[in-house]
Amino acid sequence: MSTQRVKNSRTQKRTLQGSKSCQTRLPIWKITEKPSDSESILKHGQNNREGNYQRADDEGGDALQIAVRFFEKSPIKTSWSKDKTLEKHLKTVENVAWENGLAPEGIDALLNVAVSGKFGNAISTRILKCMIPTTLISEDSVVKAVSWLCVGKCSGSTKVLFYRWLVAMFDFIDHKEKINLLYGFFFSSLQDDALCPYVSHLLYLLTKKENVKPFRVRKLLDLQAKMGMQPHLQALLSLFKFFVPTLISVSLPLRRKIYFKSSENLWKSVLIAVRQRNQRSSPAPPKLMLGSANVRCVKRKWNSHSIIPVLNPSSHNKECGKKEMSLSDCLSSDGSFPLVKLRSFPQLLQNIHSLELPSQMGSVLNNSLLLHYINCVRDESVLLRFYHWLSQTLQEECIWYKVNNCEYGKEFVNFLNTIINAECFLQEGFYSCEAFLYKSLPLWDGFCCRSQFLQLVSWIPLSSFSELKPLLFDHLAQLFFTSTIYFKCSVLQSLKELLQNWLLWLSMDIHMKPVICSPLETTLGGSMNSVSELIDYVGWLSTTAMRLESNSTFLLHFILDFYEKVCDTYINYNLPLVVLFPPGIFYPALLSLDSSILNQICYIMHRYHKNLTAAKKNELVQKAKSEFNFNSKTYQEFNHYLTTMVGCLWTSKPFQKVLCHKGIHIDPKILEEAGIAEYKNSLNLVHHPALLSYAVSFLQEWPEERTVNLSTIRGKKWNWYLDYLFSEELEGLKLFIRSSIHRSSVP
Amino acid sequence: MDPSDASELTPRQSASSRLKDYFIGATPLQKRLESVRKQTSFVPTSPRRKIPQCSQLQEDIDTQKIAFLLRKQWTLYSLTPLYRFSYTNLKEYSRLLSAFITAEKQKGFAVEVGEDFNIKVIFSPLPGMKGTQRDSEAFLVQRGLLRYYRPQSDFPIPDWPPLRKKESPALGFPEGKTHQILSKSQLPSENTEGKVLWTGWFCCIFGDSLLETASEDFTCLPLFLANGAESNTAIIGTWFQKTFDCYFSPLAINAFNLTWMVAMWTACKMDYYTAATEFLWSVPCSPQSLDISYAIHPEDAKALWDSVHKTPGEVTQEEVDLFMDCLYSHFHRHFKIHLSAARLIRVSTSVASAHTDGKIKILCHKYLIGVLAYLTELAIFQIE
Repeated sequence: MSTQRVKNSRTQKRTLQGSKSCQTRLPIWKITEKPSDSESILKHGQNNREGNYQRADDEGGDALQIAVRFFEKSPIKTSWSKDKTLEKHLKTVENVAWENGLAPEGIDALLNVAVSGKFGNAISTRILKCMIPTTLISEDSVVKAVSWLCVGKCSGSTKVLFYRWLVAMFDFIDHKEKINLLYGFFFSSLQDDALCPYVSHLLYLLTKKENVKPFRVRKLLDLQAKMGMQPHLQALLSLFKFFVPTLISVSLPLRRKIYFKSSENLWKSVLIAVRQRNQRSSPAPPKLMLGSANVRCVKRKWNSHSIIPVLNPSSHNKECGKKEMSLSDCLSSDGSFPLVKLRSFPQLLQNIHSLELPSQMGSVLNNSLLLHYINCVRDESVLLRFYHWLSQTLQEECIWYKVNNCEYGKEFVNFLNTIINAECFLQEGFYSCEAFLYKSLPLWDGFCCRSQFLQLVSWIPLSSFSELKPLLFDHLAQLFFTSTIYFKCSVLQSLKELLQNWLLWLSMDIHMKPVICSPLETTLGGSMNSVSELIDYVGWLSTTAMRLESNSTFLLHFILDFYEKVCDTYINYNLPLVVLFPPGIFYPALLSLDSSILNQICYIMHRYHKNLTAAKKNELVQKAKSEFNFNSKTYQEFNHYLTTMVGCLWTSKPFQKVLCHKGIHIDPKILEEAGIAEYKNSLNLVHHPALLSYAVSFLQEWPEERTVNLSTIRGKKWNWYLDYLFSEELEGLKLFIRSSIHRSSVP
Repeated sequence: MDPSDASELTPRQSASSRLKDYFIGATPLQKRLESVRKQTSFVPTSPRRKIPQCSQLQEDIDTQKIAFLLRKQWTLYSLTPLYRFSYTNLKEYSRLLSAFITAEKQKGFAVEVGEDFNIKVIFSPLPGMKGTQRDSEAFLVQRGLLRYYRPQSDFPIPDWPPLRKKESPALGFPEGKTHQILSKSQLPSENTEGKVLWTGWFCCIFGDSLLETASEDFTCLPLFLANGAESNTAIIGTWFQKTFDCYFSPLAINAFNLTWMVAMWTACKMDYYTAATEFLWSVPCSPQSLDISYAIHPEDAKALWDSVHKTPGEVTQEEVDLFMDCLYSHFHRHFKIHLSAARLIRVSTSVASAHTDGKIKILCHKYLIGVLAYLTELAIFQIE
């Protein structure tokens, strides 16, 4: 119901916007009477209707002017029913009106004629039915017409039709201020039983907060007592309640949708045409922003109609104890910006200091503008209200808390999705969700709402990892190790997103110039620690998972995806942090049978290289401010990895020297026993298991070679082979070789 | 909300400032989260509690009202802090709530606020019903039918003192003062006597942990007790939720907390006992579940308790476990049934009785505050 209102005012706004650009396009109304025979012109116009619109328009316009003048100037006669000229002019008006609509002046004149009733009831009806605006209706015409109603010259049915017309055309009236001044007059017309439904509808469109007065409330209640529960009165009453909840209370049945008979029926098709005409000229119709739309589910329990409360203005702040309202109350209530009006971001910015807040903070979840608001508001009570509501609702709705709650599973999933959308929208997690995870993760089966649940994990606000670990990650690890590979992959995916969110927040923080010095520095260090602990934790999870899943390529992809984020922290997020992957990931990836894995690890090594070089350079530049110096161990470790990789891919000297105790060293005796003492050449770009197939197909492209002999790839051919590999979209490999290998010496 | 919008947004500037807040832990929200963490990471309830002391009620408590709260079955709810609730507006709330109920009862029929309805709601404070001075003052809501003449009415309104004028209504309710507001139509008169259809009260006994994290806009009354038809609780609860942006959740009492209750209540010193110490276990078996009731003479129970009780004035987890184990082994010796494998669903003593569904009946006036303190603790645990 309030949606309808919202929609109405929206179109109204659109019309207003349109009007500025339309005004010039309106056909200029000239009172020039042409001596030519209007009948022939009319005929001409009719014949040409399909052919030449422009001409028909002009000529029809002339005939129209004559017709209008006829209606205006004709004396009052007793019987007009058989008059041929009248019929002719009426036809002209009808044709033009239904075709193109009438200009404001035309409507002004004809409306006057219709409600004055000087041609009798039937003619008035016909005229009213064709009061279709080209673009807009002037407010004054309406006011004038209303004044005729007071004279009492027109019949009841004309009045009804007039009100229906007014309701249908409400959005096309250019201003509403003067009409609103007639509020009292319209209100008193409610007493007329025949008019009551239409007048209620008009009032529903017209009512502003200041129109709601105790005496009107009482009058409406009297009417209600007299006529019983009438849908149109209910609608009006509930609007009154919406504006001033302290005067009136009403609870509407949830199922009813229609409160007013549609007044548009008579004009339905032409209204669409007018709207389109108006819309064409307005550049961009305002986007639908007020999303709450009062979508109410069937009441299933007393706590709520749907999980998320409906957006309602708060009522208790100022109205309570209204009799002795203080000055500050008056000021604040006058200045506050009502929620229903809030429809665009600029509006939010202009009124952010005086925004009326919803009575239930949970309703902001459905309203993106208000989400913006609570995102930047400093008022703790707003956040606390939202926090309490969300925590309790999550707890109450959570399906694995209760045994017999399966039927609401879908609703809960939808609710979680709404929350996640809001978090994505704000790029920030809610504390309530974090608290909910603490409580519910130990009870989670790892299956129910998995996707939603893991997304919630990825939006946990940045905080001390060591504190979070026992509350969240230990429980998650238990599920991780005991679940399928797909679950493991989803967890890694959401941890990657978590890392990304943390890095973003942290990089925002580091860019803020430190205003307060000492405590912040340490907290920044603390949060950096938190991030590196998270990375270490995922490293540990991954290593163990690789063992459990026997080095699955699929899993490795997800792990390397995570490290693609990790390797770029210094350059992408400007954070002095580089954490290497554990050997348990590096070696399986390097020796993988899958070329895309090899490609990915090459890419990651390339990025590590870039990041570490950049970090080193920076360290040399600003030696003084190096609070976050990298551990030289990181460099050592990286160099070790790099040597191993170059050995495996380029120099065919894998695992030569054990530089680091973590490296792989194979006793030559074992190799001898296995019959592969000639292992020296068995690992390079040609012989690497992941690239072997490339080497073979490379050789097959040489027609002169009859047997495929891999050892022929050397010298010049080696370079061609490299180009071939690069052309096979092994971008990571290309970048790695270009950056890490100086190709002066070709093996 | 348009998800495509979301991707274009950059993280907000103030994220960083909230981040700082986080590590400093300054805001109420941060404190709240901190306390949730503590709650979750340690044992859910603190392993030692005080034995309820005889009459911790404040002096200004109204004994008549207390009597009204005893020996009734109350359904328990936890309640998040009430936003902008004001003790000076109780009269206005009565008017609004009665109009709301009337409108809800006759769906679609609008009613004027302040009209003389058949349905009457009265808000009245329960002064003195608090554990510490910092606790928010409890209050009572009664919904009755007027013009329902019944000679032996248990509606205590006619005896209540008349309206006392407040000196400065804008400044809020001064701490620790008796405060009573009655609407005009409740003044004693012959035919306004009615029947109380529904009663509910809000209280907070030793709710310090909650108070620490709430700002001054909030009134913390985490425990709500209702007596009357569920449909009435629903309507009135909805009104509170809409008006004060709070959230009601049913408060169930699990078997673990029931054992704590029975231990603490057995430990209470009683002048005389009015009821046996009784336990009810439920054994889930088909086609019908089997209930086992186990009643002990209260003095025997007390003797057993005294034999396991060591720390003076306090109850510890070990003592509770030991107390229950003794009862289990005694039962097993006689009936060869391991009660520990069944589900404890109800305990009753001379102090109070409690059901796992979240129903409680308080019998002893002396230990009212003690019983409520534990319930408040459970309610706070639920809303954290």
